[in-house]
This record gives sequence, C-alpha cells and structure tokens, in this order.
Amino acid sequence: MGRRTSGSWPWRRPLAASRVWLVAAATFGIAVAPLPLSSARPAERRVRIEASMAGFMPAAIAVNPGDRVTVELVSTDVVHGLYLDGYGLSVMADPGQPATLTFVADRPGTFRFRCSVTCGPLHPFLVGKLHVGSKGIVWRAAAIAALIAGAAAWPVRR
Amino acid sequence: MNRYDLLRLPPVRAVLASRWPLLVIRAAALGGYLLVVVAGWVGTPVGNRNLSVVLVWIAWWALLILLAVPLMGRAWCSICPVPIPGEWLQHGAVLRPPPAGRRGWSLGKRWPKVLRNTWLQNAAFVIVTLFGAVVLTQPRVTALVLALLLLAAVLTSLIFERRAFCRHLCPVGGFIGLYSQAAPLELRVKDTALCAGHREKTCFTGSSDGYGCPWNLFPGGMVKNVNCGLCMECVQTCPHDNIALNVRPFGADLMQPRARRMDEAAKALILVGSAAAYSAVMLGPWSQLKTAAYSAGSAAWWAFALVFLTLVLGVLPAAFYLAVWAGSALTGSRRGGRQAFVRFAYSLVPLGMAAWIAFSLSFVFTNGSYFWPVLSDPMGWGWNLLGTADVPWTPYLTGILPPIQATVLLAGMAWSTGLTRRLAAERGPSPRSGRAAVPVILFHLATTAVLLWLLVG
Repeated sequence: MGRRTSGSWPWRRPLAASRVWLVAAATFGIAVAPLPLSSARPAERRVRIEASMAGFMPAAIAVNPGDRVTVELVSTDVVHGLYLDGYGLSVMADPGQPATLTFVADRPGTFRFRCSVTCGPLHPFLVGKLHVGSKGIVWRAAAIAALIAGAAAWPVRR
Repeated sequence: MNRYDLLRLPPVRAVLASRWPLLVIRAAALGGYLLVVVAGWVGTPVGNRNLSVVLVWIAWWALLILLAVPLMGRAWCSICPVPIPGEWLQHGAVLRPPPAGRRGWSLGKRWPKVLRNTWLQNAAFVIVTLFGAVVLTQPRVTALVLALLLLAAVLTSLIFERRAFCRHLCPVGGFIGLYSQAAPLELRVKDTALCAGHREKTCFTGSSDGYGCPWNLFPGGMVKNVNCGLCMECVQTCPHDNIALNVRPFGADLMQPRARRMDEAAKALILVGSAAAYSAVMLGPWSQLKTAAYSAGSAAWWAFALVFLTLVLGVLPAAFYLAVWAGSALTGSRRGGRQAFVRFAYSLVPLGMAAWIAFSLSFVFTNGSYFWPVLSDPMGWGWNLLGTADVPWTPYLTGILPPIQATVLLAGMAWSTGLTRRLAAERGPSPRSGRAAVPVILFHLATTAVLLWLLVG
C-alpha cells in the first residue's frame, strides 16, 4: 500500500457521494417514519392554568393524542389570553372569571401556548408548552443530527 | 472562479457608482431612526403598541437576520443611519468630498492600537444581551439605547478618523461582521497586482472622487468580509475600475486561513451562547427566568447575569477548548492549542447563524402582526392613519414553525460539521490530523441538541 499524499488522505476528501446519498436517504426515513402509537386510551383531561404577568402556571402540560382536553384559564392579575399554536385556538379570561377551552388533542407534537392579550411588559414572552404524545420532532431532529455528526466524523476510505 | 461581478451589470453599476441613491436611502433611514427614538420616548410605554419596539426589534431584526445578513453580509452597514451624522460632521460634507483645503470637524486621531480589534464590540453585545429582556420590551429603553448609539457614533467620529465606531464599538456591527463571512456576496479587487503597483492607493487615501476607505481597509489586501461595510467608496476612488462586487459560494471566507483572530473566535462562541440564552428567556416556559432577566438591577437579575456570564464566557468556551484539545490529543499533536481553538471556532459560524435564524423565526412570526397597528398608530395614541390600527394580533405560521426551525438548525449543523472536517484538513498532510475534527463535531452535535430542546422541544 503506497504512502498517502496530502491530496489523498481521508479527511481532505469531501464526503463520498454514496455516503451523502445514504445520509440523505436515512434522514428522509427518520423524518417520515411513523412513531409507535400511544398505548394510552383517549381520556378526558382537565387542566387548570393560572396566568399572571410573570407567566403561566403550569407552563408545561403533557397529554396523550386523542385526549379531550379542557383548559381552565384563571387570570390572577389582569386580563390574559391563551392562544394555542398549531391548533389555532384561543380563550380569554378576566381576573376572577375563569374561562374554559375544550379541544381534542388530535395533532401530536409540542406546541407553544402564549398570551393573546397585551398584559404587561413581558407579554410577548408569556409562553408555555403543550406536549401531545412524545416529543416526536425533537427526537427525529436529534437522530438526524446524530446521523450527520456520525457521517462527518467517520473518515472517508477509498 | 465561482465568482460573478455584479458591477458588470450596467443598472447595478449605475446605482452603486452614484452617490445619490445611497444618500437618499441613508437620509430616509436616519429620518426613520430619529422617528423611532422620538416614538420610544414620547409614545405609549406598551411595547407592542409602540413603533420603536415593533419596528426595531421585529421588522428590522427580521429583515436583518432572515434576509440581509445571510444573503448580503454587511449590506445593512452601507445604509445604517447610526454613523451617518458623525460621518457628515467628520467630512464637513454630505455628498461629495469638500474642495481641497476644507476640512471637517474631526480631530482625526487614530484609534488606539490596543483597541484595534472587536473585544469592545463583544463586550457591548454581552451587555445588550444582559439587558435584552428590558431593551426589547420597553420603548423608552429602546429609545435610550438607540440615542446613546447615535451619540457614541457622533463623538467617536469627532475624535477619531474614519468609522472607528462601526469597526470597534457597534455591538450589532460585530454580529453582522462575523456572519457576513458566510454570505454569498463580497467586495474584492479584481487584480491585486494592479493595486500593488498603484502608488497613490486612492482607495485608502481618498481623492477628489471620494473618501479613503471609511472602514480603514486597503481593498487590495482584503481577504474577508468581516470589516467591509460595502459603502462603495472604493468604487468611486479606484481609477482603474479594479473593484468587483462578487456573488460567490456561501461561506467562502470561512476557509480563509489569513486573518483569523481570537476576538472573532470569542465572538462566535458568545453569539452561539447568546442565541441559546435569548431562546431560553423569550421562548421558554420558565417564568422565573423571564422575571429575573427583566428585573434589571434586582438580586434575581444579578443571579441571571452571573449564570449567563458564567455559561457564555466560561463554560461554553471551556467546553469548546476541551473539544479542540481532545482533537489535538487524538492526533498526537502537541502544538497550537490557541491556534487550533481560533481556527475551529470559525466552524461555529454556520451553526450560530442558524440558531439566530431559528430563534428569530419564532419571535418574528409570532409577533409580526403587531406591525400593522403601529403603522397607523406609531405612538400608541389612538390614531388610525392608514386604517390598520385595529388589525388583531395574529400569529403567522406557528403550526409549521417547529419543523422549519428544526430544518434550519440541522442545515446549520451540517454546514458546521462539513466545515470542521475541512478546517481539520488544513493541518495535513498527516492522515491523523483529521481526527482533530471528531470532538469538535461532537461539540456541534451537543450544541444542536440543546438548541433543538430550547427552540422546538
């Protein structure tokens, strides 16, 4: 086996086209592969969320796909709203007058909910999270990131 | 060689070689800037109803980070209003250079040698980030910051030569400069030999046709975008038509081995850390963190500042140094800890830019609809000038934002890991040199995982 020159040693070469295609195919597979279905049966879920100018409490909620969720929004200081990303639903509560929002959590994923009524200086940052089922997008993205790192870290052999 | 000179297009050349278009745009930008300062100071204290907060931190920021910087590098700097009044005073003229013998109102001192770097910009960016939750939500604080920037730029121009403020002080300039290296646009000379033989060097010294480079650069020796503000002054002053405005491959500067600097390496780390911090404070569900970041001066804020500074200036650089050191150990190399640290830090540029884009996508699309009411009611005084004052808040695209953000982050990481391989290969010809990339790639993977968790999870 001959001595390698600077132009032929493994790390100097770009990734082989075959490896790029392999990574691209695997990325596509990870992105579209169906996740295991939740074994939990859909249930009625009632969640009380207290909103104040400092934030939502609780600020992270987890439900199962298919759950029928009723959010009871309780405002503890000024008028607050709750807008749920992805579902496009909203509800508004005056202080001392809880309001409810009921929906079926039929879209899996992680969704931000945020205050929809200007309530104070931190209003744009009044954010919470609703997890419906597993954190699919994060795990998929993390798996793709690991795949990219593995492909880049592995030296090219020809 | 993978370059196309836009100045070969007659309409582009006509616009960029004339002083009038830039003057008109800069004057309009300055007018808008002053309006923003006034609105921030006298208008409603409700941030999302005040032109200052909405125009600067939503509209301008969106255009800057989502379009201008990734595609045009420092193009914003060519129309930025902040240095303009100071430059007019410094030149003693608004449009063309004044007649010989007439001088402007500047002492024209040289910027201190010890400060000819971007450490002050780095410090300024860190300070702005520490107060970010206040600056971004309080119109009066926004107005104060903008007014202070303008004042600092004027004073700097009156004391020092050229655009010392832009080169060494402006916190946004440092941000744009670092990421401009990834942009597919550059200003360079066509033939460096021609510059070397040109005795007068009018691009640097100036002539009756234009000023010497306001950014204190000699275009003939320029190899990176970092400090070029695309002001087009050298297009005016070059007598040999030797200036090109090239479209080029993305990231062309990042493999440039010349002019790599520790201050830029530190900036790359600070910007990645700041993007994560902004994401945690503004998009995370942690109300105590938000309250602490907002309560400037309180004990909670000091705790926030301490944690932020420890993470961004301590833990993150230490972890990166450890990765670079581990890489060197894998190759059996005993040399160049600092050199390798600086070299590999440039691989953070794509990932850092992707982090800022992913963060900004969420922030901008969620709050973008606040723009329409302030168009009609910039002060928040109940006006309805254009009939848009009552447009309700409507988050845009929030249903598909997480996959878009994840894709942006993964693209940035893929770019960074590929760049890391190539940076490691610079130290060839040893086949073992490439192993130096592995721990750095793992650092990119860990950073991406944290950003995914903060932004999408």
